[in-house]
Amino acid sequence: MAWQGCAPCRKACLKREGEWQRLPEFDSVGLRYGTGAEVLRDLDFRLRSGAFYFLTGPSGAGKTSLLKLLYLAQRPTRGRISLFGQELTDASRDALPPFRRRIGVVFQDFRLIRHMSAFDNVALPLRVAGAADEDVEGPVREMLAWVGLADRASARPPTLSGGEQQRVAIARAVINRPELLVADEPTGNVDAEMANRLMGLFTALNRLGTTVVVATHDVGLINETPGAQLIRLENGTLVDPTGALRNPPRPKGQR
Amino acid sequence: MLGWLFVALPERRLLGATSRRAPTPWVIAIMSFSIMLIAATGLALANTAGVLSRAIEARYALEVPGGGGNLDALLAAVRASPGVSSAEAVPESEMRETLGKWLGPAAESTELPVPALINFDVVPGADLGAIQKRAQAIAPGAHVSAHRDSVAPLLHSLTLLQWVAFGLVLLLSAAAAAAVVLAARGALDTHRFTIDVMHGIGATDLQVTHLFQRKIAIDAFIGSIGGAVAAGAVLLLLTTGASFAGELTGGATLGLVDLAILALLPLALTVLATWVARVAVLRALREAL
Repeated sequence: MAWQGCAPCRKACLKREGEWQRLPEFDSVGLRYGTGAEVLRDLDFRLRSGAFYFLTGPSGAGKTSLLKLLYLAQRPTRGRISLFGQELTDASRDALPPFRRRIGVVFQDFRLIRHMSAFDNVALPLRVAGAADEDVEGPVREMLAWVGLADRASARPPTLSGGEQQRVAIARAVINRPELLVADEPTGNVDAEMANRLMGLFTALNRLGTTVVVATHDVGLINETPGAQLIRLENGTLVDPTGALRNPPRPKGQR
Repeated sequence: MLGWLFVALPERRLLGATSRRAPTPWVIAIMSFSIMLIAATGLALANTAGVLSRAIEARYALEVPGGGGNLDALLAAVRASPGVSSAEAVPESEMRETLGKWLGPAAESTELPVPALINFDVVPGADLGAIQKRAQAIAPGAHVSAHRDSVAPLLHSLTLLQWVAFGLVLLLSAAAAAAVVLAARGALDTHRFTIDVMHGIGATDLQVTHLFQRKIAIDAFIGSIGGAVAAGAVLLLLTTGASFAGELTGGATLGLVDLAILALLPLALTVLATWVARVAVLRALREAL
């Protein structure tokens, strides 16, 4: 079914429409953990609003670290990062949550809360954002239906398959209709069929205007996503300084 | 203000169900139990000191060191003195009985000079000097002494014990607070994953803190009420039949105000634990990033 966004946040999304064009901007960004060597160096790029990006690179290239910077789980050790038109490099800790609510994150290991039902996991971002109970029920049911899990709403994560858990995680990531969706190896733990299904969800969301960044090793997945752009990292630096290599669309089925 | 305490069911589930074997309520219960008993003892001591102090405030003794062959005359003179409300001679047999506790059978010896003693109460403003002069006219060695002077060391000890009890209550409260800090840090470690998820979806530190604050507030409430009930039972047992309680507290009972103070202690402990948990969690979250 076509999902058109959730009622509670649509108003807020429209209010923020002017800011949609202003997505992440990295300016000479570097990152190191503790006193170790820099894992990311001199990152200079800007993501285009409403685009679909694949972030690729060998293991240890810094993909997950770059994603952490994107979803504000980490601060850069140098350089500047702007998001939604705001300079956030030195933003106070208390200033970050409203920005995080505008970003959806899908993790490879799902990160669902085990003792809460699929429904409650998906509803969590709405509740954190302060939505009233009556504004939660409808959108969550709609979202679970969108990811094909309408009948599994009361199931707890341990009783769901890997693919189902990943779909719950995606539903949770997009329930707030994020302007930026970041996914770290979202198809790493699912079979090819489920991977295609998940990518279908991402592209559907992208068509609704959300900027999507997916970190993956799966070249086939990249090739099957028409119009997607490629960001390649090697040894913590961008291979293409422009930060967005056009990836020509390939016919579906060719991997 | 207390909105964090009454959250929706799904939010309550975020940290999972509390196990009955979780240590925090038990630690708080033990602290609450100890605090209640010590506070009750402290209050009882304060009451004892008060009763004793009031009882001897106007009481004096007329002592004749050599013994009182003319005890009746002395007693009549004291009774007739202005400002004396009552006077009573301590029988020699009673004096010897008291001395016997220290001297044994030697206290019965007729060679032992037993002082004569008259206890009397005066009204405020009575002239003690005049009373002493009257007595000295009959028995030259007679002198008046205030009971409060002889009981002063005891009252001082009682006051000291009250402060010790107060100090112990503070120490135990501090220990309970420390236990809560450890419990809060342990809970943060246990639920690190949930916290990361919460932060990732845009929860503020305060929202995360409220989850732990609520959990610890409930644990602290259950623990402190449990401890208080147990302490109440022990106090009831001690005060309803055991002579030990009488010996311990000098027979003093706890008044309504004392009972109200004791009833508020578990609530105060809960408030303390909740506040400490809030500060500890907020600080730990800020240190984490």
